[in-house]
This record gives sequence, structure tokens and C-alpha cells, in this order.
Amino acid sequence: MAITSIKNLKEFSTNNDRFEGAHLLCPGCAHSMIVRELMNCTDDNLVIATNTGCLEVSTAVYPYTSWDTSWIHIGFENAATAAAGAEAMYKARKRKGTLKDPNAPVKFVAFGGDGSTYDIGFQWLSGAVERGHDFTYVCLDNENYANTGGQRSSATPIGSTTSTAQAGSHSYGKKEKKKDMVAIMAAHGAPYVAQLAPNKWKIMAKGFQKALETEGPCFINTVSACTTEWKFDPKDTIHITDLATDSLMFPIYEIIDGKELNILYRPKNIITVEEYLNAQGRYRHLFKPENRHVIEKIQKDVDEKWELLQRREEARV
Amino acid sequence: MAKKYDLNEVEVWDGNYAASQALRQAQVDVVAAYPITPSTPIVENYGNYVANGYIDGEFVMVESEHAAMSGCVGAAASGGRVATATSSQGFALMVEVLYQASGMRLPIVLTVVNRALASPLNVRGDHSDMYLGRDSGWIQLDSFNAQEAYDMVLCAFRIGENMNVRLPVMVHQDGFITSHTAQNVSPLSDDEAYAFVGEYQPYNDMLDFSKPVTYGAQTEEDWHYEHKARQHKALMDSRDVINSVFEEYKAKTGREYKRVESYLMDDAEVAIVALGTTVETCLLAAKQLREEEGIKAGVVAPRCFRPFPFDMIRDALMNVKALCVMDRSAPGGAMGALFNEVSAALYTTPNRPIITNYIYGLGGRDFSVKEAKRIFKEQLAHAEAGEITTDIQQFSGLRGPKLGFFKTKRS
Repeated sequence: MAITSIKNLKEFSTNNDRFEGAHLLCPGCAHSMIVRELMNCTDDNLVIATNTGCLEVSTAVYPYTSWDTSWIHIGFENAATAAAGAEAMYKARKRKGTLKDPNAPVKFVAFGGDGSTYDIGFQWLSGAVERGHDFTYVCLDNENYANTGGQRSSATPIGSTTSTAQAGSHSYGKKEKKKDMVAIMAAHGAPYVAQLAPNKWKIMAKGFQKALETEGPCFINTVSACTTEWKFDPKDTIHITDLATDSLMFPIYEIIDGKELNILYRPKNIITVEEYLNAQGRYRHLFKPENRHVIEKIQKDVDEKWELLQRREEARV
Repeated sequence: MAKKYDLNEVEVWDGNYAASQALRQAQVDVVAAYPITPSTPIVENYGNYVANGYIDGEFVMVESEHAAMSGCVGAAASGGRVATATSSQGFALMVEVLYQASGMRLPIVLTVVNRALASPLNVRGDHSDMYLGRDSGWIQLDSFNAQEAYDMVLCAFRIGENMNVRLPVMVHQDGFITSHTAQNVSPLSDDEAYAFVGEYQPYNDMLDFSKPVTYGAQTEEDWHYEHKARQHKALMDSRDVINSVFEEYKAKTGREYKRVESYLMDDAEVAIVALGTTVETCLLAAKQLREEEGIKAGVVAPRCFRPFPFDMIRDALMNVKALCVMDRSAPGGAMGALFNEVSAALYTTPNRPIITNYIYGLGGRDFSVKEAKRIFKEQLAHAEAGEITTDIQQFSGLRGPKLGFFKTKRS
């Protein structure tokens, strides 16, 4: 049963469970919420490809699997291409009449962390989107290489400490800004691109549904708060995500056909980035006097980005 | 419904065209590919078939060879016939996914037009890429001319897709010498070829949602070893299937193939072991030496490079006095790989013939009949002396000072 008939979160979260509760993700990890939400928001058959990463190593350790649907993992970088290959085979078999159930709708989905999406699998994602395969790529963006113990990625925000861009007596952590993957994917001309967050579950489910129903390659960047590497209490995952969306560190918006930008969530009370940063161990060092300038920079960047998004929405460009 | 070709009994095709026609006749469901010299024409020819209505399947031109094999894996796990082509650097870029394809037991067919590996960059043929694949868990079939390149591709589908095998298969041909040289090729008709290859039988099909499958699971020290051992057993067990497919192909075409090809070996006293087009060069040399000088020379060639035909190599060579194993790949600080494998097989025989190694033909350096004759005669000199009279590893056709390594241990 799809989300269209679901009234409340409790009903939704227990609906149509094709992603089993038994897995090895950290307590408090947002990955499973996001994955379950995507799988629950459609009744269609699903072929899911997953890049190497936290999700993959936690859900398919032989002889067990958490996936009650077709699932494939090849390598760190190529889930988009695995999904593309499966989608090509579906088209070929449909044409030749060799599918077992030719009329059952099938959706192709690829999951990757920010490591495999922003960095090592960037080319594979770009290629698959350029070729126009009918699939949805979902990035579980926890802003670091969490599976290998928390190294920097190009999604790691400036000022965050990771094991390969450490804060120390001579460093405030990562020096470079986060790559704007949503803009890059929109620039591919993908018909549907969005940034979504699991605390806004109804918006997220609608975004997933839109992506799945849109013909062609869709890209969704999801905020996946990482209790282990962001360093917060596992019970606070949604609270931290609330701070992320309400400080506008993670604005929630969609871009249709590369140009029509819609802001999907406007916080009633916008909080400072300082409030968001202060709730996580990975930013603790920024509150030393010599590093306060980084917080100011982050706030300035966030304000500018929010201004840009609003202008783009208004101008429809 | 795809259009059919009306082929002549004998066509004039180069190796690339022969391979691409075989792919077309097999009615592959998905070809995911990326062009690279010298295998580019395989992909271009296929693109031509697609553009003109000869293909019902999907043709996905991806952005790299790594993606080509990744797309092939995703497609093959979705219950249909899959193939691609590559060479050299493209092959090297694919290597990660080659292991994943075989580990997932997906019967993909990869036509490899052999070419040297950089650096220095070189587009000509040697066997560096073929050797790079030798531990990847794929079946590797070798062809020595365009006809065989065609025949082996058709056989490859039958072998890899056999329910007792379910492994990916490479079909090798030599870059330029085979791939770009037009030769007479006798193809099957489209109907005969497809009847031989047969309908694809899905197994663990991701598009059969009544039975969900998980591909590419993780195993650590608890299960990885058992998986890899079973995969090795599957490769070893494929030998019988390869034999029976070759027999069936002979019944259909009259062309006989064996996992180890032996030429003029019945009474041979000296032999050369080689791969690819060099086999024909050496065979010509052996024939001439027999006619001109009465030298009992013969040639042995592994048609099936993987699984390595250890016992058949041993049986083919155990009665010669001296032999040379030719390796067309930079050995990287060791004896040639084929030399090592043939030596190991012959060590298990009572006679243990004298065996030496030549590195040759790297980056497309020509290997002539004259040079093959010289090497046969060198084997004769070893045989007459009763020991190795040269360095054990030598370099054929190399300019500059003579290069060689290791002497035999004299008592």
C-alpha cells in the first residue's frame, strides 16, 4: 500500500516492509529511515542497487539479507551503472517478451553514501544520468566516509573535523566548502532533483514518489545524520536533523527539469547555524576564540545560499 | 523483430567484424560498451546493426570501461544475455568489475582484442591484458585467426550460460594481426547460429520478483574462503562443458577445437608453446623445418587459457626432448607466466623435458617464421647437448645487447 492512503507516521513506518528491521546499522543512524521511507512509498516492484558503504555492509552480510526485493551491490562507485544495466535489461526483455510478469511496474533505484556519490562514484552517476536511464539515485549524505571510520569527503562541510582533515593546534578541520551536488545534478538536465530530510517525512515521501513516477534519471540528496561521526546521542537523530533543516544548513527544495526551483520547507523560526554546530562533537573546536571566524563564514554561506534559492524560486530559473 | 543478415558461405571478415557478427547472431539482450583501440570496430559494427534494425536488444554506450562492465553486471543479474568488448587500458580499468562479475557467477561474454599495457603507451598487440585477467575467475578462450574469433564467441555463450557453469567468458584475439586483417571466414546462418547458442535461461533473475535475490553480499573470514573455493571448482568443472560444446560445434560446422591444440606433435622431438597468432607462425615454421631439414618440430597451444589445461598440456608435451614456451607479455621480474604454468605441468612427468622461455613480440614487435625456426633449432641444440645451452629466459627480436636470465644448474 502506497503512502497516498496513509494518514500517520506510525502507520507509514510499519507499512509494506521490504527493508527488514534486522540490519547492522548504528543505533540512531538515519540511513534506515530514509531507505524504508523510499521503499514504503511505492507498491511497485523495486530493483535496488547500492554502492559500497555503511548501508551495503550493514544489510547484506552473508548468509543474511535485509532486502526483501531485488538487490545488487557491485563496487564502491557503480550502483548507478548497475541500476542502469538492470533498467536496460528490463527494456530489452520487455521488447522481446521474456519477462515473467511483463505488466507489473518496476522501479530502479540506486543508493550511495556521499563518498560514493560526490567522490568515487561521481563519474558513474554523471554518465548514467546523462544517458537518461529511468531510475532514481538517492544519496544518503552523512558528510563523511563513515563506513571507513570518518574521513573527509567532498560533502564534508568546512570546519568539520574528520580523521583526514583534523582539527588541531594548526587546523580548524576541513578547509574546503561542501560540493553543491544538487546544483551539479540539476545542471545535467535531470527531470527531477531534490534535497530532502527524514525529519520532514511527508515532504520526503512526496519527493520520493515524484522521483519514482518521473520518467528519466532523478537525483535526491538526503540528509542522513551520523551519530557516530557527527558525535551526538543516538536518540537525537531527528532533533539534529531538525536543527539542520531549521538553520538552513540543509535547505529542503526541488529542481524540476534543471530550472524550476521550489522550496519545499520554510522554517517558521530560522535558527542560527551556531545552534546546529554546537549540538555536534565534530564542530566543537569551532567554538574556540581563534576558530569563531569559521562559524561566521558558515553563517554567511548559509544566508547567501538561502537568498539564492529564494531568488531562483521567484524568478523560475 | 530484428532483421536478419543473408550471409555468404564464405565471407571476408577481419577478427573484429567476425566477433561483432557473432554477437549479433547470439541476439544479446544488453551490450554495454566503451570503445578502445583495437576493439573499437566491434562496438562500431554493433552500433551499425542497432541503427539499421538488426538488434532487438539494448546498446548502452557508457562513459568508461569500468562502467561498461558494471552495466553488464547489472544487466546480467537481470536475467538476459550480455556481452561487451575491450582491449588493453580499457581491460585494466575493468579489472575490478571482472572479479565481481565472476564472483557473482554471471555469464557475460567479453571479447578481448589483445593489446599492450602502458607505459609507454602502445596500441599494438601483445598479451599483457590477457594475462592481467588470468586470476579473475573468468573462462578465457583464445583464438588464433578471424574464423576462430567468430567460432569462439558463439561457443562462449554456450559454455558460460550452461547451468553447470554460469561463469563469464573472455574470447581473445590478437590486436591488429587478427582484429584488422581480413581473412576468409565461414559463418553459420543467423538461424543456425542462434539455434546453436540457444535461448537464454535466466537464473537468480532480479526481474523475477516472486523470488527476490541479493547479489554482491559481503563475506568475511567466515564464508569468503568457501565461496572462492567453490568458484574455483566451478571453473575446473567447466572443462567437461567446454569439451562437449566444442564437440557439438564440430558436429555442426566440421571445425574441431580442443582445450589444448596440438599440431605435428605425434612424433615431435622439439616443440614451441604459444598463444594467439604466433601459433600459426610457429606451425608454418615447424612444417618448413620438417620438409627442409627433417627436424621433428611441433606446436602446442592452449585454446583454453583458463581453466588452465594442466593435464592436457602435460600429455601433449611429455614426450618431447626440448621445448620453448613463448610469453608475449612483459614478465615483470619473473619468468613468463605461461612458461611457469607449462613447467609446473611438465615437472609432474617422469621425463621432464628441457624447457626454456622466450619473451617476444611486446607492443606488436613482429615475430617471424624465420625467428620461430631459429628457436626450434635452439631447442634441438638443447636436446642434443642434454641440457640448456642458453639462458633459461631470453628475449626474441629485441634490439641492443642480448638480454637473458638464469642458467641451468649443472651437476
